[in-house]
Amino acid sequence: MARILVVDDSVSMRKLVGATLTDAGHEVTEASDGCEALEIAKKEEADLVITDVNMPNMDGITLVGELRNVPAYKFVPILVLTTEVGDAKKQEAKGKGATGWLVKPFDPEKLLATMKKVLG
Amino acid sequence: MAKGSDIQNQLLDVFFEECEEGLETVETGFLELDVDEPDSEQINLIFRALHSIKGSSGSFGFTAISEFAHHAETLLDEIRSGTRGIDADIVNLFLKSGDHIRAMVEAAREGSTVDAAETQTLTDAFKRILERAAGEGAESGSRSSVTNEEEAPAESLDRTWRIRFEPNASMLQTGNDPIRILRGLEDLGSLTVVAAAEAIPVLREIEPENAYLSFELELTTDGSEAEIRENFAWVEDECRLTIEPVGSAEALVEAPLDADASDGEDQAAEAADASARAEGGEARRSKPRSGGENARANTSIRVSTDKVDALINMVGELVIIQSMLSDIGENPDPSKMGKLREGLAQLQNNTRELQERVMRIRMLPISFAFNRFPRLVHDLSEQLGKRVELKISGEGTELDKNVLEQIGDPLVHLVRNSLDLGLEPSDVRVAAGKSEVGTVRLNAYHRGGNILIEVSDDGRGIDAEKLRAKAIARGLIDPEEVMSDERIQQLVFEPGLSTAEKVSDVSGRGVGMDVVRRNVKALGGNIQVYSKPGEGTTFTVRLPLTLAILDGQLVRVGSEVFVIPLVSIIESLQIRAETSNTVAGKADVYRLRNEAVPILRLHDIFGMDCGGVDASLVGKLMVVVESGQTKAGLVVDELLGQQQVVIKSLETNFKSVAGFAGATILGDGTVALILDVPGVMDQAGKSRPRPRKSKTAEPQPAPAVG
Repeated sequence: MARILVVDDSVSMRKLVGATLTDAGHEVTEASDGCEALEIAKKEEADLVITDVNMPNMDGITLVGELRNVPAYKFVPILVLTTEVGDAKKQEAKGKGATGWLVKPFDPEKLLATMKKVLG
Repeated sequence: MAKGSDIQNQLLDVFFEECEEGLETVETGFLELDVDEPDSEQINLIFRALHSIKGSSGSFGFTAISEFAHHAETLLDEIRSGTRGIDADIVNLFLKSGDHIRAMVEAAREGSTVDAAETQTLTDAFKRILERAAGEGAESGSRSSVTNEEEAPAESLDRTWRIRFEPNASMLQTGNDPIRILRGLEDLGSLTVVAAAEAIPVLREIEPENAYLSFELELTTDGSEAEIRENFAWVEDECRLTIEPVGSAEALVEAPLDADASDGEDQAAEAADASARAEGGEARRSKPRSGGENARANTSIRVSTDKVDALINMVGELVIIQSMLSDIGENPDPSKMGKLREGLAQLQNNTRELQERVMRIRMLPISFAFNRFPRLVHDLSEQLGKRVELKISGEGTELDKNVLEQIGDPLVHLVRNSLDLGLEPSDVRVAAGKSEVGTVRLNAYHRGGNILIEVSDDGRGIDAEKLRAKAIARGLIDPEEVMSDERIQQLVFEPGLSTAEKVSDVSGRGVGMDVVRRNVKALGGNIQVYSKPGEGTTFTVRLPLTLAILDGQLVRVGSEVFVIPLVSIIESLQIRAETSNTVAGKADVYRLRNEAVPILRLHDIFGMDCGGVDASLVGKLMVVVESGQTKAGLVVDELLGQQQVVIKSLETNFKSVAGFAGATILGDGTVALILDVPGVMDQAGKSRPRPRKSKTAEPQPAPAVG
């Protein structure tokens, strides 16, 4: 069981990711944008962060950079959830310290397989 | 979708609702967008909405939607990044695409299919625009074919691979850990790992956050090279990596690879996409249906947590009162009478408040109905070649969700009517000394237990003479009849009357206004028109706030109690000898301030035996009711109290009965029928087309006696 912070402004995506992870026995905290996620992250630790890229207030890539400045999140895996096929976004996210990415659309099975990869 | 489809099904409603919201954002965004100077934050907002729709529809298995949305997103992305300008045509294309996505979502919800030709037409339109600058379309085509070729050679036999994996010192900084990658490889087959530790510096110089180990791996697997590479996808530029099959010297692949071939995640995604497309037909038919069947019945409401918290509070208080009352009930003691009364009073207060708050959950702001109008006006004004400004106010006014859902179409009709018939063409306006831009106003506010919705324009107004002439020609009114302009204007609601000189696509067939009035009446409301020639026309729709509860006047007829909706009652009075007379033997007429009102005996209408029907009406109580322009007096035996009653449907609990709108349960547990005033008047067969006198101003609803 891992504590996972899921960040997405789309409720349906957030719930889909959240429910899939909860069903797999993980403990999920949800945030609707980067700002909210950062607030939560400062208060409680997580074993993994999954974040969308395009969000109001603070986008996912900025969030990655901000999280890497929080001592407790220095090595925590952060996955960027993206539909951007273009490499530019991935590279930008990696440059800020993202661990990897998940490409939408994904199905729950694929999400869980990826979890294994980051939670090992 | 194999596993997890339960989760997806459960969340379908959330997804559909979110799509709707997103599409709303897209539409409003484009309608408000200034094409000449687009606001980048606004484009970002639209982009995020579109992007979310694309992302989640893909993840919920609606590949067609996500593919279609992708084209729109690509174009918008170029506009967002400033590489492409935006013009009115592009905005229109986006608006149409929004409509189409909405249709696709709707189809997904109901398990039906969409117009594939429209998908193609719009997709082509996007491609044409996108190809105008760069050859992105062609590139994406070739790209997918490349990946398909790479997918083709399936390797079924075990092979051994030699892998050299040297993480950069900074790999840990991105949260990647070589050990997890090794574990991932282990899942593919049998793995031997040799770690090279020579890079580890002396203790003093160790940076604890750096990665120093590198690895020599041998992996025996039936997996493809792509599968092996997928494990390294995230770290491909944070390490040196070579992967070569043991025993085949020629197949040495250098790292880092070029982006196209190494993007394992991408390939997997596209493969998943392709297989989803392959099952698309079946998925589309079978999957949404399971969720779609209940979609209509299970419509959901979003309720703010404040409202829910307030309810929980109220329920908490109810529980306290309940325990207090049951305590008194178990140990009855005359000394506790005071407490009992107090408790009951509190219970009454609480119940009323709880009722109000529960009703408020169903209340939604009318903006839900108003939101479609900016788009409608945008499209119509283009179609009609008129410049129109739409002003909306009072959009926060709340009303019942059911009423809200049903008032949309009548309002659309009124707004169309205002644009088409109300507003003059620009040249006529200018000639009349008006601004070239016509104004249409939508306004809503509460008055009493009603919500009033006004649709007004500053157009030409209704020509009373022309309307009157038409009405006479159609035999709707007597040529001799003296009518005020206001009365004449109400004739626009008569079937077959329209002041439009020519029939257009938009309106003017003379059907519609009567339908509007019928729909409004079906909701228990009414509609009136006020017009000043040359200055404009205002339609006012008055609706009850809710359909579930009604303010009623309880009356007794014989031994039965009936409920008359308070909204139909003008006044209650006692019949005096000099004001009633019998016309033509049978029909009784009451003279109410110079107006002749037919008297209806509810005993007769309901076929109730009241023991020796007495001819004399003198001294009896009469409730004057109104339905549209027609009044009638209902004779009752007794006026009881007024109270709010909860309407129970007769259709669902028994069957529909003419003359009754429903039933309710009274405080003492008995059932009382609720009168359907227009129905009763029709049934009595005495409702006259219109009273003889030309008194038209809406009578001030005097408080009912009793």
